[in-house]
Amino acid sequence: MKLIISNVSGMPIYEQIKQQVKSAILSGELQEEEALPSLRTLAKDLKISVLTVTRAYTELEQEGFVKNVQGRGCFVMGRGSELIREQLICKVENSLSEAIDAAQMADLSSQELHHLLDILLEDKKNG
Amino acid sequence: MDNFLEVSNLSKSFSGFWLQNISFSLPKGYIMGLIGPNGSGKTTTIKLILNMLKRDNGEVKVVGFDNITDEKAAKANVGAVFDTNYFCDEWTVTQVEAAVSVFYKNWDKNKFSELLKRFHIAPTKKVKELSKGMQMKLMIACAFSYDAKLLILDEPTSGLDPVSRDELLKILSEYIEDGEHSVLFSTHITGDLERTADYITYINYGKLFFSGSKDEFTDMFRIVKGGRNELTFNLSEKLIGVRNFSTGFEALIRADDLKQFSHLDVEPATIDDIVVFTNQEGEHYE
Repeated sequence: MKLIISNVSGMPIYEQIKQQVKSAILSGELQEEEALPSLRTLAKDLKISVLTVTRAYTELEQEGFVKNVQGRGCFVMGRGSELIREQLICKVENSLSEAIDAAQMADLSSQELHHLLDILLEDKKNG
Repeated sequence: MDNFLEVSNLSKSFSGFWLQNISFSLPKGYIMGLIGPNGSGKTTTIKLILNMLKRDNGEVKVVGFDNITDEKAAKANVGAVFDTNYFCDEWTVTQVEAAVSVFYKNWDKNKFSELLKRFHIAPTKKVKELSKGMQMKLMIACAFSYDAKLLILDEPTSGLDPVSRDELLKILSEYIEDGEHSVLFSTHITGDLERTADYITYINYGKLFFSGSKDEFTDMFRIVKGGRNELTFNLSEKLIGVRNFSTGFEALIRADDLKQFSHLDVEPATIDDIVVFTNQEGEHYE
């Protein structure tokens, strides 16, 4: 799994670790029961504080993506990818309902809105 | 034993300087940065921990041992690195080993020669012929050769080039990787700490300003920025250290006080920001 820290992103380091672990779980790169890098080794390799990695791993555990086993390490939970997918769907719903609100303000018909979505999807597909 | 260093109510007064009731503890397996401007009491604190200065009051426990009544046991477990080397300039590295090793029962000769190789220090070189970075690595090699549990470094990075600084930070994070060693590390180059340190102890004008995890420390504060007309009385009352300039202001504020001023530009504060702004406040008091 690739884990790198950016100094200019403005995102806290623990958050960067969380994001990268989550996307590795979602992409299937990290499988169920697979171990995350050991806390202290990761801290050493990335030259960051042990507490920063601890915080990232603890929050990932609280959110249900991994489980910490005392003395053995941190492992990916079976339902991890499902959870992330749910979170993403939730995000899509929120963004869409924001778009609907804006469309209503602009007096856009439902047909026009669908059409707009189709155009955007087509654009993405063609890169 | 969970704490490798416990300092409670440590006090020492000199003429014109008073280190007052300093208390903090460093858990096993972590790195703590000791910060504060020059003359704030960092070196005094370290010297008191190492019993190089006589304290007026308080208590210090090093790896569980009292630093005065159990001084020998405490010192057998601690390694010290200062910004200037404390070996005789004319000694060769081999002579340094001969002189230092007799004081430690568990001195590991093989480990010492391995470390010299790793740090690229030639055993035949005289101490004065070594660069500053090399001298520091020699002091670290000594501490590692008797498996010091706690490493105390006073301003180790001042006067080092970026390459050696990076190397030092790498050595320190490897040292604590097994969770059985701790590091206390005083510095005013806070960039070194921004990433590696787990805990921060900030001493200012002889008083303890903060001791706790680094995230907690930086989360306590924010930097606010705004135009001159946005600097209202309500706001300025809450600010800790303000920098005014012709087109606006920049200041440090406690994150808790921020809610009512959320319309302003807010940025996370770095360790440097906190030290600089809290010292501006200090000047007002004097």
